[in-house]
Amino acid sequence: MDLLTLLQLLDSTVRLATPLLLACIAGLFSERAGIFDIGLEGKMLAAAFLSAAVAYTTGNVWVGLLAGIGASLLLSAIHGVASITFRGNQLISGVAINFLAAGLTVVIAQSWFGQGGRTPQLAGAARFNPITLPFADSLRDVPVIGPIYYELISGHTALVYIAFMIVPLTWWVLYATRFGLRLRAVGENPAAVDTAGVSVVGMRFAAVMICGVLCGLAGAYLATALQAGFTKDMSAGRGYIALAALIFAKWKPWPCLGATMLFGFLQALALRPDLIQRTLGFSVQTQLLDALPYILTVVILAGFVGKAIPPKAGGEPYVKER
Amino acid sequence: MDVIPKWADVVLIPVISLLLAAILSALVILAIGENPWEALKLMVDGAVGSTYGWGYTLYYATNFIFTGLAVAIAFHAKMFNIGGEGQAVLGGLGVALLCLYIPWPHWSLALLGATAGAALFGAGWAVIPAYLQAKRGSHIVITTIMFNFIAAALLNYLLVGALKPAGSMEPSTGKFPAPTHLPSFQDMFSTADTVMFRGAPANVTFFVAIAACVAVWALIWRTRLGYELRAFGHSESAAKYAGISPTKIIMISMTISGALAGMMAINNVMGEAERLVLNAVEGAGFIGIAVALMGRSHPFGVFLSAILFGFLYQGGAELALWTSIPRELIVVIQALVILFTGALDNMVRMPLEKFFLARRRAAKPKTKLTPAE
Repeated sequence: MDLLTLLQLLDSTVRLATPLLLACIAGLFSERAGIFDIGLEGKMLAAAFLSAAVAYTTGNVWVGLLAGIGASLLLSAIHGVASITFRGNQLISGVAINFLAAGLTVVIAQSWFGQGGRTPQLAGAARFNPITLPFADSLRDVPVIGPIYYELISGHTALVYIAFMIVPLTWWVLYATRFGLRLRAVGENPAAVDTAGVSVVGMRFAAVMICGVLCGLAGAYLATALQAGFTKDMSAGRGYIALAALIFAKWKPWPCLGATMLFGFLQALALRPDLIQRTLGFSVQTQLLDALPYILTVVILAGFVGKAIPPKAGGEPYVKER
Repeated sequence: MDVIPKWADVVLIPVISLLLAAILSALVILAIGENPWEALKLMVDGAVGSTYGWGYTLYYATNFIFTGLAVAIAFHAKMFNIGGEGQAVLGGLGVALLCLYIPWPHWSLALLGATAGAALFGAGWAVIPAYLQAKRGSHIVITTIMFNFIAAALLNYLLVGALKPAGSMEPSTGKFPAPTHLPSFQDMFSTADTVMFRGAPANVTFFVAIAACVAVWALIWRTRLGYELRAFGHSESAAKYAGISPTKIIMISMTISGALAGMMAINNVMGEAERLVLNAVEGAGFIGIAVALMGRSHPFGVFLSAILFGFLYQGGAELALWTSIPRELIVVIQALVILFTGALDNMVRMPLEKFFLARRRAAKPKTKLTPAE
């Protein structure tokens, strides 16, 4: 495999990993605060639809992005009310949210655009276009560094760069701020946080809402950057892969980046069966590549390769002592 | 002490939740510019207005009874089996292998064999997550979700490869041989001059599903194992103290749960399609969650709510046929049912608790506690 092919493969890895990364970090915030969220998938889907629909109607992708985040936040609010305020089962609430999004997006899309549950194709300013970084063109012919800069680093959409910046930001928020300390504490020992006079309910709602914003970014990326428009069920299990990546990364920000890149790489490989054939000399079933993230996650969960220990108070509604 | 009387818990709360879901669904229909009342009439007409409609309603209901029971029995042991989908996929594989490679002399024997195969394969797919939960502490919800995806990939692999008949372009197995075809309601109930259930897929499996309801009821409330299962579900530490092995309960409850989910395949794979296709389960594994929540994890409740969801699925299909309301509306209704009966249960319950408490206080205002009491 020559350098250019490798760079193209890595380039599509970055494209495919970005939504996973955003959703994974979204899940990180929620789960570190003790709220399980299997509704990442639904939130992404809702955001994908509304961002595409509004971007098409207004012709401005940034307005669409805001609308997508709004849709995701609304579902986050439902999850928060169900699992924090009414202390319901967080997993069941997540399942409900996934179905709500899967159904509502198609029902609304059908009545809005009448195109069988999808939005019209987006073009021009209605979608995120690739950004060519400074000097990318002039550096292109420099050996090794030039192609890497031109093919791999430059030429992505704004949301990709935002996603990559969110990783250090998340690390900083979680480990270097008072907010982050409290957020991690409500996920481990909410009673202690309560005793310190900090509102557990407030912290958890904040975490769930941050999760909503990030899922909104992930969903908008799917419909307005990766693809040009919304199609039915376009999140295609990415929310679950992100969840798998989160476990793979043991609920830590930097490993989240690594895990989503790995899973993105597997997705990119699955799109290029010819490459595997050429480099390895034998063909690998695409179904195996599809299933690999899930298999790896089960192996990690089983604790055979390093143990994944979830936040201690995860999934437990907090009941204040009287 | 229970604040809410039993009847309110099993009847009133689900009914209120259902009403809330219905009202919101009606609002959705209004919002997309259709008439909810007309929609309901169309659904009733299409799902239960003819024996043909009933034939479809009961066919869907049969699927949902199996997956609903699967989720319900796991709920009793405080396990959340979200992997019914994957277990039903594997059940389909079991049915297909048995129907294709064993020369059955008669459908009744084939049904017995296929049921065993479906249950075995479904249970096998549930046993691994159960073992990981019991022995390695991996969260059952996450592992069963992962196993859903692995099952889908596995079936995809087999249907484009080993199981596809030579020369066929479609990702599916060949047609099952004739002796394995189950009698449909049309074969069973039509008389010489009137044809009932014409062309509808409901088949003899419906009665197997009813038998499964009775068996699960007996297991949960009439056996020692059922008692242990419920005890474990109520309090793991108390159950342990009473000498009940958590490993045993987790393994057994998930095995039964997986077997039930797998048995769905005798209805959709053997009874209806008569071959194994991709995505044969069509989300029934997930609908089982709504059915179990709605039916309060009681087999009779599961039966009723499975019929209700069967009605919704057939009615929704009719709706999509005659109006511009897409079939996905049913997914919305399903989501609302899960939301209100599952996650927002306390929202409905809390005001009711207040109401019953107030009524009880009003009923006996004069009784004072004496120190002797």
